[in-house]
Amino acid sequence: MANSATKVEELIDREYEHGFFTDIEADALPPGLNEDVIRVISAKKEEPEFMLEWRLKAFRHWQTMREPQWQNVHYPAIDYQDIVYYSAPKAKADAPKSLDEVDPELLATYDKLGIPLHERERLAGVAVDAVFDSVSVATTFKEKLADVGIIFCSFSEAVREHPELVQKYLGSVVPYNDNFFAALNSAVFSDGSFCFIPKGVRSPMELSTYFRINAANTGQFERTLIVAEEGAHVSYLEGCTAPMRDENQLHAAVVELVALDDAEIKYSTVQNWYPGDKNGKGGIYNFVTKRGTCHRNAKISWTQVETGSAITWKYPSVILRGDNSVGEFYSVALTNNRQQADTGTKMIHIGKNTKSTILSKGISAGHGQNAYRGLVKVMKGADNARNFTQCDSLLIGDQCGAHTFPYMEVRNPTAQVEHEATTAKISEDQLFYCMQRGLSAEDAVSLIVSGFCKEVFKELPMEFAVEATKLLGVSLEGSVG
Amino acid sequence: MTNTPILEIEDLHAKVGDTPILRGIDLTINAGEVHAIMGPNGSGKSTLANVLAGREDYTVTGGSVRYRGKDLLDLSPEERAREGVFLAFQYPVEIPGVSNSYFLRTALNAVREHRGEDPIDAMDFLKLLKEKMKFVEMDPKFQNRAVNEGFSGGEKKRNEILQMAILEPTLAILDETDSGLDIDALRIVAEGVNALRTEDHAVLCVTHYQRLLNYLVPDHVHVLVDGRIARSGDKGLALELEEKGYAEFDRAASA
Ligand SMILES: Nc1ncnc2c1ncn2[C@@H]1O[C@H](COP(=O)(O)OP(=O)(O)O)[C@@H](O)[C@H]1O
Ligand SMILES: [Mg+2]
Repeated sequence: MANSATKVEELIDREYEHGFFTDIEADALPPGLNEDVIRVISAKKEEPEFMLEWRLKAFRHWQTMREPQWQNVHYPAIDYQDIVYYSAPKAKADAPKSLDEVDPELLATYDKLGIPLHERERLAGVAVDAVFDSVSVATTFKEKLADVGIIFCSFSEAVREHPELVQKYLGSVVPYNDNFFAALNSAVFSDGSFCFIPKGVRSPMELSTYFRINAANTGQFERTLIVAEEGAHVSYLEGCTAPMRDENQLHAAVVELVALDDAEIKYSTVQNWYPGDKNGKGGIYNFVTKRGTCHRNAKISWTQVETGSAITWKYPSVILRGDNSVGEFYSVALTNNRQQADTGTKMIHIGKNTKSTILSKGISAGHGQNAYRGLVKVMKGADNARNFTQCDSLLIGDQCGAHTFPYMEVRNPTAQVEHEATTAKISEDQLFYCMQRGLSAEDAVSLIVSGFCKEVFKELPMEFAVEATKLLGVSLEGSVG
Repeated sequence: MTNTPILEIEDLHAKVGDTPILRGIDLTINAGEVHAIMGPNGSGKSTLANVLAGREDYTVTGGSVRYRGKDLLDLSPEERAREGVFLAFQYPVEIPGVSNSYFLRTALNAVREHRGEDPIDAMDFLKLLKEKMKFVEMDPKFQNRAVNEGFSGGEKKRNEILQMAILEPTLAILDETDSGLDIDALRIVAEGVNALRTEDHAVLCVTHYQRLLNYLVPDHVHVLVDGRIARSGDKGLALELEEKGYAEFDRAASA
């Protein structure tokens, strides 16, 4: 059935819908990276001395490092001197004090993305921090959160207003010398979100950050730090989009989560950076380090839906330091056209009775290459550690690929580690069956794919689950025809 | 019964790859009629069913098919479905993670949208589903199970009849829905078909055995041999075949 393969391919051709560019004046540095650039970034952000020192330490270390080569992705060498490391929407001399002072063009951009920042328009119960290029432009619901002691603000603001918290936790989970991209981020990060949930507080609403890359040739290096003190609970959402551009753009973010005793952090991502065109021109290189530390009885849960980016390199991890702590990783990664993803997780069991669950769903269409790479490490003292890993791959068409690289290091005989993997194809029989019931080929593919992802989607907060389902449909359009 | 044709097949030829399978089929089905197609294994019964449903693996090489006056072969598989052509599959397909009720509602709404109707209200749908599940004697737990996943052979067939009962197709084509079924299940299939025995519907029932026809009395019986209708008759023909088998036709076909 030669035409079934081509049929499958044809459905994958939908346009990226967030590909518009906002014409806004930016305050940007020229391309290139050296210590002076770092000093300028730090000065522009009016940072305390410790911050600049930390950045410089990271930069000096980065210069001794090499870009990692082990991942299953291929791309031309990145010229780090050709990247702009700081670009901010040019605003009034002072940062906007309220949304009314934010550039209307910017607000319109977020509206267009379906993320209205005006509080009256917000879905009830979600606080938003919007990061445009490298700078946080607005954070909503701040006062309401402050009432219960929650700090939710841009990273720059946190550095200025709460330096003691930043100094205490920054780099405590992902040290500045952790890996090539984390070191680069530590040197040049420009903004991001900061959340602090004090002891015993349950966040009354979902917290969320929307990241938008706008300017050309600009690297985006945000840093997110979430600290949940003893017994605190928070659910945090992250969304990402970028304009369509022919050049590749670098996104190297770092996310650190700290869950102290009995705390719980649920971190959900819908990543829809521009994936590049059908032939692989343009798109975001997404090299991200995400990691959390769980103290006693704490729980960290990562849920991600990765549909965008030309290249995704990302392994949200949990260090299960405290006894009885729990780590979870639920992932849907979709690669279409020429997209490549090498993603997975690391679960490091240190404490006793620690538990981790990994559920990874990889979908490959077109010429997409999708790799799951996961490490489960059980240290000597981790008595009764448990891990369950399930990796499922779904192939659409026969020119794509799925790969699974599970690594296990078990140093405690009482540990139980289980791994299951499956690979399936969307069959012509399934498509025809759905079409015979009146569904279009595209709707049939979306339906089959959403069924495949169901166990992950049910981990997402409601609004995000709806968005994720739609996004998969859009990302797959044209994959059969 | 009036003689309003629902399906008019004329000199239909079709092949798979380079192999001709259907070699000149003529068949007219009028509103309100139930036709049975019988024939030995490999004679082309499923091919005929799939060609009518629009499966792409089969190439029509000659002849015509009119469905309620329209050129059926001109329509995509999903358009045929929305226009009321339903195929109960010989081997129903599993769709993991998609609940039976969601799948059915999506299918029903696709048909409704095509007719310019609003999507069915969620509560109304549940009511309809409950009623039809009772009709086909299916446990309500099957609502939330993934489509056909882990269903037994008989449960899958019953699920096909459930879909048919909800979609109420103008032309239902059943491809060996009876094979492998016990007596209870056969009775349900027959009841499902009989419910469509009205002026607005017609049924084409492909079967290898006469057994189903004890429960479901066809108006016409056709014997398909080597891609052609070798003989047509009334229900008596089915009984005759039961007795004598297809041997006589094999000779006729090779002659
Ligand atoms: N997809 C296919 N590819 C190759 N041959 C096929 C295919 N479908 C049917 N055939 C062949 O066509 C002939 C008729 O098959 P079919 O219509 O399934 O018969 P029946 O349903 O009457 O048993 C058989 O010889 C079968 O092997
Ligand atoms: Mg057959």
